[in-house]
Amino acid sequence: MIIPEFLKSELALITLTFLIYWGARALYVRTRLTILNPMIVTIGALIAILELTGVSFEEYYRGGRMIEFWLKPAIVALALPLYNEMEHIRRQFMPIFLSELAGSITGIVSVVLIASWLGASPEVVASLAPKSVSTPIAIEISKQLGGIPALSSAIVILVGMLGAVVGLKTMERVHIRSHVSRSLSMGTAAHVIGTNRISEFGDRFGAYATLGVIINGILTAFLAGPIVNLLIG
Amino acid sequence: MAKQFGILFGCLLAGELIALIPWLHIPGSIWGMLILTFLLDRKIVKPATITPVCKFLVANMGFFFIPPGVALMLYFDLIAAEWLPITVATVASTLLVLLVTGRMHQYFHARYKRHIKPRTR
Repeated sequence: MIIPEFLKSELALITLTFLIYWGARALYVRTRLTILNPMIVTIGALIAILELTGVSFEEYYRGGRMIEFWLKPAIVALALPLYNEMEHIRRQFMPIFLSELAGSITGIVSVVLIASWLGASPEVVASLAPKSVSTPIAIEISKQLGGIPALSSAIVILVGMLGAVVGLKTMERVHIRSHVSRSLSMGTAAHVIGTNRISEFGDRFGAYATLGVIINGILTAFLAGPIVNLLIG
Repeated sequence: MAKQFGILFGCLLAGELIALIPWLHIPGSIWGMLILTFLLDRKIVKPATITPVCKFLVANMGFFFIPPGVALMLYFDLIAAEWLPITVATVASTLLVLLVTGRMHQYFHARYKRHIKPRTR
């Protein structure tokens, strides 16, 4: 198929991204199916369109990087929810910090060890290391570690969906009964997608899960580099 | 608007400066988040000042990582070659994180309660 230059312009590609995301969100709101995550649907649809029309990723990225630019300010903006949770953090700093630390280290060490035992290449291992944290943070960490940011973001979304689908049942099975513990755990393991799931039980749980997301993001940013170097250096 | 973005981008810029330190492998955006949290906590920046922009950016975070996600199309060969370690490591590790974080929090939360109980009685 021959695509006029006009449709390869940055403006056209950005417009396309907006329109597809709009449609994907509408689909998700209507169905409420975790598997129809709007980000996955949009990414899948865009890849399909680019492959079909023969527009290269480089061409898409001329417009795309203007969207990606906003990732970093958005991470900084997480300061607001973090500040809003300050009260909780201060009141129970030790239980939250210690369990987050344990969860963060478990996540990085286990994924790095298992992946390298099964023969994954160093760049794939680096991409997997930040798999439990929110996508924008994972992309940044993956870049720092020499991983493939795109692979990290795909894995992160899949991890979130896995957590949202099997998380509660898993925790029931291993006798995690406290709702606060469950919420924190969901946020730590399955970031924003897990948080969405647990928020269905009430705002308070969403707040604890958000806390898990942000603290694990910060801890993973600090720990992923040293741990990856130590284990597979 | 200008004030909000000025504060937000100022924090990001300061964070990126810190991230220039070569042996510190932490993204500048994470430093920026920590700096802004500190400013809010010290009441140097009022939460109300930056709330609209922050809420907008956080609520639409999903949209911003679509382009890096589309880059996945460049790595289909790699994924086809290494799908097994990727899948096994990811699933096992996610379940472990759920287990460890939840159990640890439950344990420490109970211990912590026991510690403060005598005082509250």
